[in-house]
Amino acid sequence: MLNQKKPVLERRDVVPALLKDRGDALLVTGLGSSTYDAYAAGDHPLNFYLWGAMGGAAMIGLGLALAQPKRRVLVITGDGEMLMGLGSLATIAVERPNNLAIIVLDNQHYGETGMQPAHTGRGVDLAGMAKAAGFASATTIYSAPQLKAWIPKFYSAPGPVFASVKVTTNPVPMTLPLRDGTAIKHRFREALLGAKAFE
Amino acid sequence: MKTDQQSKSTVWPDQIYQVFRENDIRQVAYVPDAGHGKLIKLCHADKNIHAVSLTTEEEGVAQLAGAWLGGARGALLMQSSGVGNCINMLSLIQECRFPLLALVTMRGQWGEFNPWQVPMGQSTAAALESAGMIVNHVDKAARIAETVHASARLAFSSYRPVAVLISQRVIGFKDWSK
Repeated sequence: MLNQKKPVLERRDVVPALLKDRGDALLVTGLGSSTYDAYAAGDHPLNFYLWGAMGGAAMIGLGLALAQPKRRVLVITGDGEMLMGLGSLATIAVERPNNLAIIVLDNQHYGETGMQPAHTGRGVDLAGMAKAAGFASATTIYSAPQLKAWIPKFYSAPGPVFASVKVTTNPVPMTLPLRDGTAIKHRFREALLGAKAFE
Repeated sequence: MKTDQQSKSTVWPDQIYQVFRENDIRQVAYVPDAGHGKLIKLCHADKNIHAVSLTTEEEGVAQLAGAWLGGARGALLMQSSGVGNCINMLSLIQECRFPLLALVTMRGQWGEFNPWQVPMGQSTAAALESAGMIVNHVDKAARIAETVHASARLAFSSYRPVAVLISQRVIGFKDWSK
């Protein structure tokens, strides 16, 4: 029988805490709740909100981290999204971008489609997989003190850094950011690159 | 007749590499492939290029979207069998109007020996077009460099996804005798 702890952290507490002192960090958010949570924490032009491309968030983060080696890149995504791109953990670990952190809001369910159980609630350990792939550091976070201790590492520890933050499935208010992909892209590039965004 | 796969005298991979340099390609994402073997080595040897080995081709589509977000141009190298793996991720490219340059070496086409390569090889162009990509075919070695150059311009100056399908006729038959 699996002996997993019951999640107690609330995603709408976790994400504002993650982003409160983001500085000039660049953010990619996975489709569904991760995107809504980031927007609820405060819209920002350096948020690249995904509404699709399931399984791609971590690799968008890698491409961005390689292109912007002086900036910190955070990916905040869900456990279902991460499960769809597990191979990217291997690719990222091999590439070893030292400015990339991947944070999974792990509610152990597929929230967008009706809260069906995900493998992460049935013994699959994403942080264990990241560690085995070769991430510089990887952990599973269950508590507020543990989260507080790890937040600075997401911004400054040598990457790639991985964390699965166990969160509840409690309902949250609906918050919907910009969803026109081209507009999201232009806004992000203009904020990052200035006039060069439109060359 | 056996066709030599990428002998030292094969120049088109070197020409593509030069096109990459001229077009400021900084990230090259690939799934290992014999047809692109020489080009992959050249990219790995270039300190200005991040050559990234993928576990599946769709990772490269997402990576190069991230590269463009960060102001860098990239190229995706794959075999026709990898095109099917990319389809849903190409919605990211179409919806956000990201440029994408993909160079696809064809299998399941000219003189194929392995029947398992045929289904994806024969549907490669239609699959890419259905996902919104512009497809340029090339079946003569002498035309590869100019086609890649023109495709790079179309991709990065007109912000479009463009695939170059390099015919199996150019790459040659895989030698199954050894």
